[in-house]
Amino acid sequence: MTEETTGKSRRAFLKGAALTGVGLAAGKAGAATPDPLITEVQPWASGLGDGVDETPYGLPIEFEDDVIRRNVEWLTADTISSINFTPIHALDGTITPQGCAFERHHSGAIELKKEDYRLMINGMVDRPLVFTYADLERFPRENHVYFCECAANTGMEWAGAQLNGAQFTHGMIHNMEYTGVPLRTLLEEAGYDTAGKWVFVEGADASSNGRSIPMEKALDDVLVAFKANGEALRKEHGYPVRLVVPGWEGNMWIKWIRRIEVMDGPVESREETSKYTDTLADGISRKWTWEMDAKSVVTSPSPQSPITHGNGPLVISGLAWSGRGAITRVDVSKDGGKTWETARLAKPGEKMALTRFYLDTEWNGEEMMLQSRAMDDTGYVQPTKAQLREVRGLNSIYHNNCIQTWLVRANGEAENVEVS
Amino acid sequence: TPAFADTFGLGRPALPEEIAAWDKDVSPDGTGLPEGSGDVFTGEEVFADQCAVCHGDFAEGVGNWPKLAGGMDTLADKDPLKTVGSYWPYLSTTWDYVNRSMPFGNAQSLEPDDVYAIVAYILYSNDLVDDDFVLSNETFSDVVLPNHDGFILDDRMETEHSKWVGEPCMENCKENVEVTMRAMVLDVTPEEVDEADNS
Repeated sequence: MTEETTGKSRRAFLKGAALTGVGLAAGKAGAATPDPLITEVQPWASGLGDGVDETPYGLPIEFEDDVIRRNVEWLTADTISSINFTPIHALDGTITPQGCAFERHHSGAIELKKEDYRLMINGMVDRPLVFTYADLERFPRENHVYFCECAANTGMEWAGAQLNGAQFTHGMIHNMEYTGVPLRTLLEEAGYDTAGKWVFVEGADASSNGRSIPMEKALDDVLVAFKANGEALRKEHGYPVRLVVPGWEGNMWIKWIRRIEVMDGPVESREETSKYTDTLADGISRKWTWEMDAKSVVTSPSPQSPITHGNGPLVISGLAWSGRGAITRVDVSKDGGKTWETARLAKPGEKMALTRFYLDTEWNGEEMMLQSRAMDDTGYVQPTKAQLREVRGLNSIYHNNCIQTWLVRANGEAENVEVS
Repeated sequence: TPAFADTFGLGRPALPEEIAAWDKDVSPDGTGLPEGSGDVFTGEEVFADQCAVCHGDFAEGVGNWPKLAGGMDTLADKDPLKTVGSYWPYLSTTWDYVNRSMPFGNAQSLEPDDVYAIVAYILYSNDLVDDDFVLSNETFSDVVLPNHDGFILDDRMETEHSKWVGEPCMENCKENVEVTMRAMVLDVTPEEVDEADNS
């Protein structure tokens, strides 16, 4: 037998074993009889695994095949101008694997080769320029970790508890380490006119997704990025080049970016008038609501991540983030907000990046109403949905950063609820 | 213009034809509009050919596709209907968006006169112009959309942030907690088990 066929038949065996339930018994402490997984020589401890030539670029092991993007069909008219969701209920740490990081397109994920890529800077500049992809790689680079959160994340929850899972209620988000060139560098290369107060940025796709960005932000921390989590951007995330706009709503993170125009006024494009404007109770709408406010969610336990281990030690885990700065503290409540305990941050909060928190606790099997409440370094405390509704009403669609409640039942199952 | 002592000398000058090909955006004052015109009746025909399959013969929308007309004075209602007529502040946006990104799946296929005609028909569908109206780069500024003044700048720092700062309550924060809404009652979440089985 060649190595290749050995590998295949062994995988087939393992898959069969998993399906028939062999090896799935819970390894509980204090077992009365010896555990055959220990006392019997297992095939993986005797035979051979895959060769190094088996997987030039690997995917997760098959047992993790539920850690995937999901979409909700009824949310949009079709799947081309639509959204899917990051499986945040199953992830830990802060870096989102690119392969399951959410997508939001307005005319689909386009295929744009580096050789075909062009970036134009025009408008109020001394030298309107065209860059190739290769040109961009010759400018000095920076690396930064930032979250990209869709303005509509949690938007379906304005009117009540709708979708049953953190993936669906909070999964229009990803967090990556970006490598790219500061937008400021490119604007300086073109010799921008300081009378130009705005840049208009658009993508190469049919939707163009044009957005106006004030010059102050453009010169501050916006990146023209070509790598994420160490490798090229994924096609669906803007390959080969996207805009990274730290702390600001995901719509402004223009993918497949093809043009930057320095202007003296905002374009007031479709994506900043018809969409990404937030209607208040009196019918007046906010525009240019760019920052994503401090927010958090318990990712486990949650509806897709129930407690299956019974009473005793329980890790309550979640994510917190703020578009206005760094997370300084996260409080967790088990009783729907009557009392709060301060959770442990896995690492000190970083500006405009996801922060992981843990509350290591004992569960006595009683029903819990789990909540988390983020605070950022501006002193802002994540509000309840009631507080948000009091200011905004029910129709603002975007920017729902309310405190989420999971009702965890005695059997360990969790449910998305609203509480008084 | 500031003097930048050093540039990297990367990139090359953009040619006028290239800028013209890509710089199509139209600002609220009409800057960026090409010369051209189109009337309501022409617009009705073009709309029927190019747009009505999704947006309806009268721009009223088909199925889940966007409605472009109607919804006047509904913005403070429980379920507002946001259209070009009821919600959009600037006509420039309609022209710009139709010109660059519509029809869905065949964008950038329309001539300027077609776009003028389509936009004229959308205005007519919203009862904002008469059926003899001709939209052109010259008549463009005669049209002010109804919700022109319906937008305010982001005021969250004053109306929200200023209220929600400081040390939050930690103990005895409320007397009673009751479940008031449950997602499982709606039951609109996709079934995960089915997806896993299919994979």
